[in-house]
Amino acid sequence: MKEKILRIIEKNSKITPEELAIMLGMTSVEVEAAIAEMEIDKVICGYPTLIDWDKLSGDKITALIEVKVTPQRGQGFDRIAERIFKFDEVETVYLMSGGFDLTVIIRGKSMKEVAGFVSEKLAPMEAILSTATHFVLKRYKENGIVMQNDEEDERMIVSP
Amino acid sequence: MRNPLNNKIVGIKPSGIRKFFDLVSEMKDAISLGVGEPDFETPWHIREEGIYSLEKGKTHYSSNAGIKELRTEICRYLKRRFDLDYDPLKETLVTIGGSEAIDMALRVMLEEGDEVILPQPSYVSYEPCVIMAGGKPVIVELKEEDEFKLTRKDLLAAITDKTKILILPFPNNPTGSVMSKEELADIVDVIIDKDIFVISDEIYAELTYGEKHVSIASFPGMKERTVVINGFSKAYAMTGWRLGYAVGPEVIIKQILKLHQFAIMCAPTTSQFAAVEALKNGDPDVEMMCEAYDGRRRFLLHEFRRMGLSCFEARGAFYVFPCIKSLGMTSEEFATQLLKEEKVAVVPGTAFGDCGEGFLRISYAYSIEEIKIALERIERFVNVHRQ
Repeated sequence: MKEKILRIIEKNSKITPEELAIMLGMTSVEVEAAIAEMEIDKVICGYPTLIDWDKLSGDKITALIEVKVTPQRGQGFDRIAERIFKFDEVETVYLMSGGFDLTVIIRGKSMKEVAGFVSEKLAPMEAILSTATHFVLKRYKENGIVMQNDEEDERMIVSP
Repeated sequence: MRNPLNNKIVGIKPSGIRKFFDLVSEMKDAISLGVGEPDFETPWHIREEGIYSLEKGKTHYSSNAGIKELRTEICRYLKRRFDLDYDPLKETLVTIGGSEAIDMALRVMLEEGDEVILPQPSYVSYEPCVIMAGGKPVIVELKEEDEFKLTRKDLLAAITDKTKILILPFPNNPTGSVMSKEELADIVDVIIDKDIFVISDEIYAELTYGEKHVSIASFPGMKERTVVINGFSKAYAMTGWRLGYAVGPEVIIKQILKLHQFAIMCAPTTSQFAAVEALKNGDPDVEMMCEAYDGRRRFLLHEFRRMGLSCFEARGAFYVFPCIKSLGMTSEEFATQLLKEEKVAVVPGTAFGDCGEGFLRISYAYSIEEIKIALERIERFVNVHRQ
């Protein structure tokens, strides 16, 4: 039942516990309890809103940075990852398998700001061996949602 | 000049939905709960398989009965899901949607004047297809107090010496009614005893909420007198691919194949390759869609009851069938006024037979957000018109 709740709110976190209860044939008390439990267990980690910043003026810029690091004794990659993710500009940090170690996604006001962050903050860190910065040109799909999707319902308005 | 037309065809009244559709199509900004097809797009891996077949140049006719791999997969699927045993080579035919299969089955089985028991409300095509095949439709009214199921009593009352076929439309469009194993068992001995054949339209078989669908063909003694119609439109959201199938006794399928051969040649090849992928790897998609429909179904039932409209607990397809008799309007008046005043399109129950009077077919093949907006408007309309 928890998974059913998650599958619905993953796509629409605005849906109310009362509506969820109706849709799943539960009481709203049960739904609220299940959600509260999942919040405590950090199964649900937050309720962010997916925003298409490109639609606003003064749009922001996003960059994906491939980072190679030297793992530290006793701490592996975790310590350096933490040093990186504590910066407010950093949106996402993943530890990767393959040709580099960390994926860092950052968002800034301009290319200059992003470049500044990489050269001033990231690259000089002792454990960091190298960085490669890729700027995002267009966001097609994020978190399972297609951005700029203005497709209309192509079905006939009534059909048997 | 001579009359260029066949009077039997001219005499068939056009689909009730058609008339309403003309009205709706003039209203560009109307929102709708009126469609009879999924809101989901065909899952991408299925579409991709169709595209791949085109890339590989598989653009030719297939064998008349459908590509062998698809027929084999259909039979595996029917065994896996509904415990039905059919031979892919002799008892299986791939058609252009379930509709073709219904039409052809009636045409190969009926003699002029044979009676066909047709429970209504039900899908709009059965009655004209029976008439075109020379049969005589005998309407059995499905009642709300019976949860729109076919009862033994009503079936017995409709049978005469001329009865040849029973059309069994469950899970039902438009009511959302399903028949359980016990309820089917209750009519099976009548069917066998009276030596009647069954055309069982199971196109919505995957979309049941609660008990799993049971095919009447799975009862002992029924396989040899049942043609099962199914297809890909509803379960896999493949309406536009036009692909269905019929399975049944070899003697019947053989004759349908002959007609199909002359009239159609074969179902679209691209669709057939996509359908193989649907049957092989589409179970998770069906499950996902079914779960989504179920949530919307519960939501709609709850909301209609909250508005004070009685609404029987639909357990199949993607429709609910609320009763609007308390408002003192006919179904058509309600639908027309609702469209004019609130710009919401729903289908009057009468489109599915006269006994649909007093009901509306509400489709939940829409996102929950769309359903909410439409329901707000319907509620406002109901409050204004309630005496």
